[in-house]
Amino acid sequence: MLEAKGHPNRLGIFGWFGGGRWGPDRYLYSLHRLTGLGLLTYFVLHIVLTSSRALGQSAWQESMARVSGPIFVGGEFLVFMAFAFHAINGVRLVFAELGLGVGKPIEPVYPYKTVLDVQRPWVVTVLLLTGLLVLVGALDFFVWQ
Amino acid sequence: MIRDQKLWTWHLAAGMLILLLLGLHMAIMHLDSLVGIFNPAGGHAIDWENVAARSQSLFFMVTYVLMLGAALFHGLYGLRNILFELGPPSPLRQSLGWALILVGLGLFVFGTWAAWASYQNTLSV
Repeated sequence: MLEAKGHPNRLGIFGWFGGGRWGPDRYLYSLHRLTGLGLLTYFVLHIVLTSSRALGQSAWQESMARVSGPIFVGGEFLVFMAFAFHAINGVRLVFAELGLGVGKPIEPVYPYKTVLDVQRPWVVTVLLLTGLLVLVGALDFFVWQ
Repeated sequence: MIRDQKLWTWHLAAGMLILLLLGLHMAIMHLDSLVGIFNPAGGHAIDWENVAARSQSLFFMVTYVLMLGAALFHGLYGLRNILFELGPPSPLRQSLGWALILVGLGLFVFGTWAAWASYQNTLSV
């Protein structure tokens, strides 16, 4: 993480959602963080809950009974959606970090083209792939049981 | 600065490992209608017979621990970045950093114990 130099983060968390004319990439950034925080919270609970398997069958079944029912199935599906988005968008971010899919540096000639224009097809791809994975997941969660 | 660059690189590398291992985990747990080979007893992936079958596999024990470490590092380092971007004063930054390291180590030890103990228990059954 780079240190902020002379520009304090005045917007704070509000900056994830507003404070400028944000484009879709900015909302993907916010969604990436929100899904990351959600997945981390779930993961900590998941570690604690699933550790009951070390204590044997009855402990495991007791733990699973505690988190059964439609509310938990719905919550688990939210986790699945968060995972699908965070994973696929994460691959896009890693590619961008490695300089892939961001275009080559060009002269700033009007009408200006930015890296966001080059990224836009990737953004659409991320959303389409996430939608597809969520659809298959929804079928598995609610239909193919 | 250099330390942060290294940690950031590890953050990305951990993300790629998680993509692989958590992708497999999610497919086993939530696409079990399509990927049923790791659920030998049939039924649901969380049925005890299937859980026990995976727990006694060395492959799953090792990959659980790898995924645990990678996911804890990736998640807690991401949380650290979010918190630090909010600009806490220096003493608080240090305390937050240490608190996250301790939480991460604690959960890693606990989760590793669970994976190892269930591997041992199901082997002896």
